[in-house]
Amino acid sequence: MKKVIGMKRNDGRKPEDFRELEIEAGVLENATGSARVRMGRTIAVAGVYGPREMFPRRLQNPEKATLQLRYTMAPFSTDERVRPGLSRRGKEISMVSGKAVEAAIFLDDFPKASIDVFVDIIQADAGTRTAAINAAAVALADAGVPMRDMVSSVAVGKIDGTYVVDLAGKEEDASACDLPIAYMPNQDKITLLQMDGDISKEDLKKMLELAKDAARKIHKVQVEALKKRWLK
Amino acid sequence: MKVQDEFVRKLASQDKRADGRKMDEMRKVTVDTKPIEKAEGCALVTIGKTKVIAGVKLGVGEPFSDRPDEGVLMSNAEFSPIASPELEPGPPSIESVELARVVDRGIRESGAIDVKKLCIKKGEKVWMVYVDVNILDDFGNLQDAAALAASAALDTAVFPKLDKENNVDLYAPKTKNKLPVKFRPVSCSFHKVGDKLLLDPTKDEEKAASARLTIATRDDGNLCAIQKGGDVGFTADEINKAAEISVKVGKEMRKLLK
Amino acid sequence: MDKLLKNERDFVTPGEKLVDSMEFLPGRNCFREGNGVFAKKTGLLHVSGRVLSVIALNGIYMPQRDDMIIGEVKDVQSNGWVVEVGAPYQAYLPLSGVRGYLDSAKTDLSKVYGVGDMIYGKIKMVSSTQSVHISMFDRMCRKFSGGRIVAVNPAKVPRIIGKSGSMIDMIKRYTGCRVVVGQNGVMWLEGESPKVEDFVINVVETIQEKSHVEGLTSEIEKMLKNSGIKPAVQKSDEKHEEGDRNEKE
Repeated sequence: MKKVIGMKRNDGRKPEDFRELEIEAGVLENATGSARVRMGRTIAVAGVYGPREMFPRRLQNPEKATLQLRYTMAPFSTDERVRPGLSRRGKEISMVSGKAVEAAIFLDDFPKASIDVFVDIIQADAGTRTAAINAAAVALADAGVPMRDMVSSVAVGKIDGTYVVDLAGKEEDASACDLPIAYMPNQDKITLLQMDGDISKEDLKKMLELAKDAARKIHKVQVEALKKRWLK
Repeated sequence: MKVQDEFVRKLASQDKRADGRKMDEMRKVTVDTKPIEKAEGCALVTIGKTKVIAGVKLGVGEPFSDRPDEGVLMSNAEFSPIASPELEPGPPSIESVELARVVDRGIRESGAIDVKKLCIKKGEKVWMVYVDVNILDDFGNLQDAAALAASAALDTAVFPKLDKENNVDLYAPKTKNKLPVKFRPVSCSFHKVGDKLLLDPTKDEEKAASARLTIATRDDGNLCAIQKGGDVGFTADEINKAAEISVKVGKEMRKLLK
Repeated sequence: MDKLLKNERDFVTPGEKLVDSMEFLPGRNCFREGNGVFAKKTGLLHVSGRVLSVIALNGIYMPQRDDMIIGEVKDVQSNGWVVEVGAPYQAYLPLSGVRGYLDSAKTDLSKVYGVGDMIYGKIKMVSSTQSVHISMFDRMCRKFSGGRIVAVNPAKVPRIIGKSGSMIDMIKRYTGCRVVVGQNGVMWLEGESPKVEDFVINVVETIQEKSHVEGLTSEIEKMLKNSGIKPAVQKSDEKHEEGDRNEKE
């Protein structure tokens, strides 16, 4: 994967560019709110139900609502078929993505209730959790759920010494690390942070700045999608 | 909801439907076979507001020992809780299993794919064909949407490239060779409301119905799968009439497949 | 006064800063953080003096005292009925909320309201522990028989009803259709024919889609005028529907 050296990447992007991003809000009619996000070839569809009554009742929290995010990959979304159902990986991503958007929600407004977010990955080409979070945030805002901010998500990597935003396809394998973040742009807070790889603390500092810059741009696309949906 | 059920029944008794359709009329059907690139074949189908997506993946595996020269076809349908407020996350419901089974019967057990042509090396390696249907939005008649999506996805599916060891080469572009599709099953579902049969029921009509009948047909107009559900029975006349409509409507729907 | 960062009727999304000043107060669907006032929901900004609020464009129904709602009876219990109103919390209609004396030991309560019945009731109380009580004491309250049910966006109900019922009254006048819109986003209607009902549903959908447009009332009136529907003389039993004229926008 030496081809990625220099200023241009396999797909012609500059290091700081995220992939072609397309967001559409209100794509499903049963769900209270919904969104479809395409980041390059990765496609996520999110649907929000609620706040609604939580079952089973014993799981109700009398203080606040419970946010449950369920991330699943369509069996045909990847090169090799994925078995349907929740995998360990799916459970972990569901949990961290759920926490990433939960930080933005006024859960106290709905004691005992549940807010259910379902994200189906229709096509996976790296960065599925960031696409899932971007879709979930738009779907929640579309559903009229009270939030203190939007949540915008992107990953940053480092390939041959260059920091690159929004790893795509095989870049993920070539990168020295994969650092996805979720970010509340108005609050300036990071609500998801994961990393695996080998980086210095200087690397981390620079990568976080780069990720925040990209997330702020993604936020603009999210807002536009909502505007288009409601003011058509 | 009693009010709604009574409304649907009252209309049906006058041969009318809430959305103005005739008893044997489908809602608007669309088929998009280019929603994603990674699957070997894919189709996004809408019937009215009902929306499902089907994808075909091909892999290489061992044949069953009693059928050493035949490929393996497997189909599955998932009721994702994204599709309806009435669905809860959890193991597949009985309805989900039935839906998948009826799609499977239409495609696999009816021999829609020539499995002999899916043999790579007899007794050792054959193609495994997986057809998976995901439900995105349920506004009634998932059965026909799922069956049509599965057929459309199979119809457009192409083989991936094999490497020297006869395994799928994940990095090479797919070939242009199409799957050995013999016919493309399309199903029509009828729900019995009062003593009337309603083709392509909406959610409200499904709820007001007492029984249902799904009939899948082939390109040549023969039937390839039938499933009866619900509490009450059908007369032979009703079944024959439903079969007749299925053949006619199936032909129309098949025009949406290229 | 400090300057607003957004104008009246501007589209806003959650987290958007509306003003950076203590001179303004956060109203409905807004919150304060530091010196700023921020939007809490996707919607349109509404400035009323020093109070900033957001008119939400979507959302589930949250019960409030005195709301008129259309609910479905889900269960008949010994002391009343469990009613689904589309909120995160189930509502309860106690025996004491029904006119007349009912002895549960002697009366089959399911004969009064059975499972699956749709009722038009009033939210009597919402407790701090989210228990929601309904009563049928208001004179419009009743059980529906006949007609049909359509779901609408609860956030758009005020627009469908209009200022002191102006919009919904206009629809009824032009179509002769009997229409009841529950604050919880459930609509009941019964017209001369399914065709008239379909038209009314279509009109209501248009109101929901264009709720943000100014001058919507005249646009809807035009739509109603051009429909060609000639309502039969109004029946005298229309008194039931008068109630939703009291709705405020």
